[in-house]
Amino acid sequence: MLQFDLVTPTALVRSEEVYMVTVPGSEGDFGVLEGHAPFMSTVKAGELAIYKSAGSEPERLTIEGGFAEVNERGLTILAEKVG
Amino acid sequence: MATLKELKGRISSVKSTQKITKAKKMVASAKLRRAQAAAEAGRPYASRLESVVASLAAKVGKSDSAPKLLAGTGKDQVHLLLVLNSDRGLAGAFNSNIVKAARDKAQSLLAEGKTVKFMLVGRKGRPVINRLFPKMTVATYDTTGFRDLGFANAAEINEQLMAMYEAGEFDVAHLFFSKFRSALLQEATGQQIIPVAMNADAPAAGGAAVEYEPDEEAILADLLPRNVTVQIFKGLLENAASEQGASMTAMDNATRNAGDLINKLTIQYNRSRQAAITKELIEIISGAEAL
Repeated sequence: MLQFDLVTPTALVRSEEVYMVTVPGSEGDFGVLEGHAPFMSTVKAGELAIYKSAGSEPERLTIEGGFAEVNERGLTILAEKVG
Repeated sequence: MATLKELKGRISSVKSTQKITKAKKMVASAKLRRAQAAAEAGRPYASRLESVVASLAAKVGKSDSAPKLLAGTGKDQVHLLLVLNSDRGLAGAFNSNIVKAARDKAQSLLAEGKTVKFMLVGRKGRPVINRLFPKMTVATYDTTGFRDLGFANAAEINEQLMAMYEAGEFDVAHLFFSKFRSALLQEATGQQIIPVAMNADAPAAGGAAVEYEPDEEAILADLLPRNVTVQIFKGLLENAASEQGASMTAMDNATRNAGDLINKLTIQYNRSRQAAITKELIEIISGAEAL
């Protein structure tokens, strides 16, 4: 499972284990699974899709302006706004 | 000697003042809890952003192509002091401590022959700074319309700041606010926010080859202004907590002083009442004796 943290300036919105997250990167959407190579990207305003388990219906969140980092601990998204 | 009626009036006026300060103290302590919670909720974002920026900055370093926010303008002439104040008084020395810290910095910069400019946030700092340093305030940010200052406010302040930086109106920016240590102790502090102070021993981005999209410098250029916003936001949050803490202590003192004053006045009132009674008795007795 992938450790996924979603943080805004005012709160830690999510911190949970999920199967996959697709992120609206500034140079195209990308999906992150467990064991993804270390990766950093800026994020454009768009929709975040969180898949709790393989093949399940994704949960969608709109985010605005931010930054995504994938490291050995998991995926961290710093967003300015989550709507 | 004040008459009994005057004393009575003074006692009741001090009592109503005490009621006000007591109420304000309770409001402040309730608001303090909320402000503290907000300050804590903001910490994960700030710390993560900081660590990412630090590791990226260490990587990109002071190369020629490094963003201006990191490398500076190459000059050290014009300093902008961004002073965060509140809109309301009744908070003890909270606002004047912040202004004092900014004033000391400004005076030492002026003594070195630098140019000083001010950007003032909040209403309370304006009159003092305008009097001490006339015509040096280049921008103000009005916060009277907002109940709680949020990230959006920090972003707006940052936007103004960035526009001025891009236009070359200043070389170095300092942020002045009150750091929240505890409800009893707040510390007015100043810190440099532009150019970003480099942390020399920042951890390198953990051994593994990290892929960047777009590239390191573009990410850094995107993150640096965000980092400044976050620092301003942190300053606003700390300020909000400090203001309530200072207000709580000041109002607690005022309530206690009012209590002391009421005691003193009551004793005085009772004494003069007794004196008046005794005097009346003496008059009656000596009147009766004279007959």
